[in-house]
Amino acid sequence: MSAPQLDSLTVGDVVAEREFSLTRDSLVRYAGASGDFNPIHYRDDVAASVGLPGVLAHGMLTMGFAVQPVVDWVGDPAGIVDYQVKFTRPVVVDPESGAAVTVTAKIGALTETTARVDLTVTFDGATVLGKAQAVVKLG
Amino acid sequence: MSVNPELQGRVFAPAPPYLVGREKVREFARAVFATSPISLDPDAARAAGHADVVAPPTFPVVIQEHTLAQLLGEPDAGIDFSRVVHGDQRFTYSRPIVAGDELTATLTVTSVKTLGPHAMVTASSEMLDASGAHVVTAVSTLVVRGGE
Repeated sequence: MSAPQLDSLTVGDVVAEREFSLTRDSLVRYAGASGDFNPIHYRDDVAASVGLPGVLAHGMLTMGFAVQPVVDWVGDPAGIVDYQVKFTRPVVVDPESGAAVTVTAKIGALTETTARVDLTVTFDGATVLGKAQAVVKLG
Repeated sequence: MSVNPELQGRVFAPAPPYLVGREKVREFARAVFATSPISLDPDAARAAGHADVVAPPTFPVVIQEHTLAQLLGEPDAGIDFSRVVHGDQRFTYSRPIVAGDELTATLTVTSVKTLGPHAMVTASSEMLDASGAHVVTAVSTLVVRGGE
């Protein structure tokens, strides 16, 4: 796959779309990989005791996978030079049905060497990340 | 207990160096649903011009966990971990993280703001490689909810 060319891009172009299916297994796997063992991400009783509607995905898990469609579009994770998000709503992961999270990546701004890709990340009909922006260096 | 406003501007001692392992990068990549062979396959990474597998963009959170533990463990910080919510996060790279890198992270509390009973603490973890060159800065804002 060849890297996208800056001069072929226009602000507003949708460059990637993907749906991610999270399960409780995904959360346990991410806990181990990241070292974040906060029990609100795997224990229903603890989540309930602090007033949450259920076990939540780690915000950093959502941030972590939301950029993957951009990585695949660029062709190399080294192409992402800046990435930021605000965590605005939780993703509740049902023990049986899990959670489906969709990501749409759109060109938000262009410079002579970079593209800013704006991510819309949606769960259960509402966005869960705010100001989710990845800056990609392009040749 | 409330967050100590004098934390603002505090610079912590560098955390012990973190050696980025190939299998850790692959484990983390799988956990964030990465499919790029450059994060998973050393041969593909080398073919793309990298010394080894390249960490996914959010990998520095693994190292940031260690620096934030320093902050939460600071005796006079006044941060109750059970009341902390992650507000926002940013990673700004000078170069990608590659397996084999040894990174040293230094935490600075860049701002402490109070909003009614709540506090927002912004902490920046600057990560340098073994030669002292900047690799990435991870900036995290923690929202500390006030007690009832």
